[in-house]
Amino acid sequence: MGWVLPRPPHARTSRAGTKGLQVLRFLVRRLLQAIPTLLVLSILIFAWLRSLPGGPAAALLGDKATPEKIASLNHTLGLDQPIIFQYFRFLGRALTGDFGNSLVSSQPVMSEIGTFLPATIELGISAMILAVLIGIPAGYISARFRNGPVDNVIILLTLVGVAVPVFFLGYMMQDLLAAPLGLPSQGRQAAGLDATAITNFAILDGVMTSEWDAVWDAIRHLILPAFALATIPLAVITRITRASVLDVMNEDFIRTANSKGLTQQVVRRRHVLRNGLLPVVTTIGLQTGALLGGAVLTERVFNFRGLGFLLAEGIERRDYPRLQALLLFGALVYVLVNMLVDVSYGIIDPRVRVR
Amino acid sequence: MQQLRLTRTRRVALIGLAGALAVSLSACAESKRDEGTGGGGTGGTFIFGTAGNPKMFDPIFNDEGETFRITRQIYDTLIQNKPGTADLEPSLAEKWEQGADGKSWTFSLKQGVKFSDGTDFNAEAVCFNFNRWFNMKGAAAQSQMIYYADVFEGFAKNEGTDTGDPVFKSCEAKDATTAVINLNKAKGAFPAAFTLPSFAIQSPTALKLYNSDTVTQSGDSFTYSEYANKHPVGTGPFKFESYDAGKGEVTLVKNDASPTQTAKIDKLIFKIIPDENARKQALKAGDIMGYDFPAPADYGLLRNDGEQVLIRPSFNVLYLGINQSGNPALKDLKVRQAIAYALNREQFVKSKLPEGSEVAPEFVPKAISGYTEDVTKYPYDLAKAKQLLQESGHATGLTLKFYYPTEVTRPYMPNPADVFTSLSEDLKAAGITIEPIAKPWNGGYKDDVQKFGKQDLHLLGWTGDYNDAGNFVGTFFGRKKPEFGFDNPELFQALSSADASPAGDAHAKAYQDVNKKIMDYLPAIPISYGPPAIVVGPKVKGLVASPLTDERFNTVTVN
Repeated sequence: MGWVLPRPPHARTSRAGTKGLQVLRFLVRRLLQAIPTLLVLSILIFAWLRSLPGGPAAALLGDKATPEKIASLNHTLGLDQPIIFQYFRFLGRALTGDFGNSLVSSQPVMSEIGTFLPATIELGISAMILAVLIGIPAGYISARFRNGPVDNVIILLTLVGVAVPVFFLGYMMQDLLAAPLGLPSQGRQAAGLDATAITNFAILDGVMTSEWDAVWDAIRHLILPAFALATIPLAVITRITRASVLDVMNEDFIRTANSKGLTQQVVRRRHVLRNGLLPVVTTIGLQTGALLGGAVLTERVFNFRGLGFLLAEGIERRDYPRLQALLLFGALVYVLVNMLVDVSYGIIDPRVRVR
Repeated sequence: MQQLRLTRTRRVALIGLAGALAVSLSACAESKRDEGTGGGGTGGTFIFGTAGNPKMFDPIFNDEGETFRITRQIYDTLIQNKPGTADLEPSLAEKWEQGADGKSWTFSLKQGVKFSDGTDFNAEAVCFNFNRWFNMKGAAAQSQMIYYADVFEGFAKNEGTDTGDPVFKSCEAKDATTAVINLNKAKGAFPAAFTLPSFAIQSPTALKLYNSDTVTQSGDSFTYSEYANKHPVGTGPFKFESYDAGKGEVTLVKNDASPTQTAKIDKLIFKIIPDENARKQALKAGDIMGYDFPAPADYGLLRNDGEQVLIRPSFNVLYLGINQSGNPALKDLKVRQAIAYALNREQFVKSKLPEGSEVAPEFVPKAISGYTEDVTKYPYDLAKAKQLLQESGHATGLTLKFYYPTEVTRPYMPNPADVFTSLSEDLKAAGITIEPIAKPWNGGYKDDVQKFGKQDLHLLGWTGDYNDAGNFVGTFFGRKKPEFGFDNPELFQALSSADASPAGDAHAKAYQDVNKKIMDYLPAIPISYGPPAIVVGPKVKGLVASPLTDERFNTVTVN
């Protein structure tokens, strides 16, 4: 895997007619490339999980885990068989889409992912919206008032944003902000709220069923965790916007635009901001992938029941089936996000379109 | 300008489209909300924060506390623990009696009791349950019946690797209200073991209807029946309504047909919050009305906020394990005694353990029948410890590998590193060199100390399941184990005959004698009893904290 950085726009040579076909070919090639990646990853994940000391039997049995009981449970689970054998058994089932049942909840892992994924998407999108809505204007302002007090404050805040660990920030927000702002400090929905679940996207479900109190409840529950999760992408987006806008401001075409007699407003909006945003789009894509990592901590701290929450619990309890499925799923998402970033770059860049 | 206008038109069109989408979405799904509920009635709703998912709701396949917390509200056992104690009191059985040979138990059952599905509870239902457990088929199903295998030792046909001769022989329904359980041998665990939540009596009709016995292996884990996942039926004060895994909520409602323990609240919701700090925040914010196992460091803060921290009577023990097959010096009784005298347990309990903790003079807690004050005690005496080491030839040069766990808190051991530091400082003062070895609890610690016996000294403890001394000392010292590395046939024999002694005074007396023997032989050193706490909000009344974490929420009121 790894990051595949997009080529700079001027290196692209596409003709309008063949563009669509090229994108399609690119997508297919990247998808095919992803197959060996995932296969190798599945071996690594499998071997890594099983080489961890302890195991699901000890975790499942807790205090009462005598060596005899652990051995007996391992035997029943087939965990005492050679690891190669276990791997192929796992692979055989995984190819049919069966990743087994979670040891913690005894529910099929795939259905767990289906149930918990909407929460993570909801949280991730909210965090990204916050990061973009605040980050781009902040970066732009920072660049416009370069080296002034506003710029310095924003730079300092972005440093803090990158440096403060999400879980620490989460705990601080719960302790200091939740009560004064009257916001819930944990969970996705108030306990006992009788909301109709259809898609498991709390806000969407509320809109679809016109249960507006449920929509409001879901939004309130999102605010603190979304802010906590947004801090890092927010800081990164601010800094990239600032740097990129500064770059563009020094370009010849800005001087040309100014000397043409265009108003400052038009120059800024049409020329500076538009061109300055190109690298930001790439950053947004890459940060979306990185959000998954932050979601593990945020969801755990805020008891926000998404995939990160499942993963944290799975690690604690050595839930092999759940971890195998979740880690592979995470890898697949990374691959897809990278691919989309590459494609979107080509699509968004107006110079590529014009040619 | 042309372009600008176009943009504006596009913007308007987009907004219109979004609006239309929202409207059509609203039309496409209907609220399934039941407008009538939402707390309702006079009793209100009690929301309790739990630390983990329930596995499923058939208690016979369960061995884990967070699931039992829920099944205890749905089901009743034949005998139960008197609230707040480990003493026995009637539940579904009004009376119980042991046969003269100790090998049978006769239960006189309550009349007129019904399961929440409307079917009758009677002696046949009791026998149906016992026979179901005994005749359970499949290695997968048997492997999940941890408590059954522990207490009844085997099945009609053993399919796992860790079971032996069955203790259960047969169940007779003499008449509608008399059930007799016949055993192949007398066992000290009874009658107390009949209080175990695993042995709750379930509705035979529902068990059959929803194929309760289908436990199949699915990859590295198990799939349970529809009964266990969605249709548990008992006689308890609450009925199962739903489990929403996405929201992490289990909802129970009052069972109006419950025979004895009518609930005061209408609805009971368990909200799953694994993170301890998040539970605390949720209580503070009023999202939940109570939670279990608050961190001892938070007791003061919680009380300042007006919450009620209820300390349970302790039902556990923390001990310093000694492995006699480790360092050969440990085979010498004088060395083991020296270690005991060197430990300032009084000081340790006062300064490091939570409120309500006590020094443990022996390995069974005070609430258990078989506990006695009359054992050899080892009060802190550094001079005596040094002298004993001198006499045994280990005044200098004794180095011991001291294992302690990390990444874990247990009710008897909130902070293992703290325990290790205190105890090892005491031992160093007596001239013993300590080689500390820390291992993650679920990362090899238990294997190292219990399976491989790599240690000389180690920290471990135990929380009891029912009121029988054998559940403690029998588990620890009943046979030769790598954990302690000694072979003392006399002690093993004493434990085994105590276990077979008839229930009642004779049983208690037999275990008192065993406890004396153990504290003379000193195979390990009991350190402390540490009571865990449970916390509820200021308005919650009627919750009785149980030493066995056997809290039943039917007595709770929320206003």
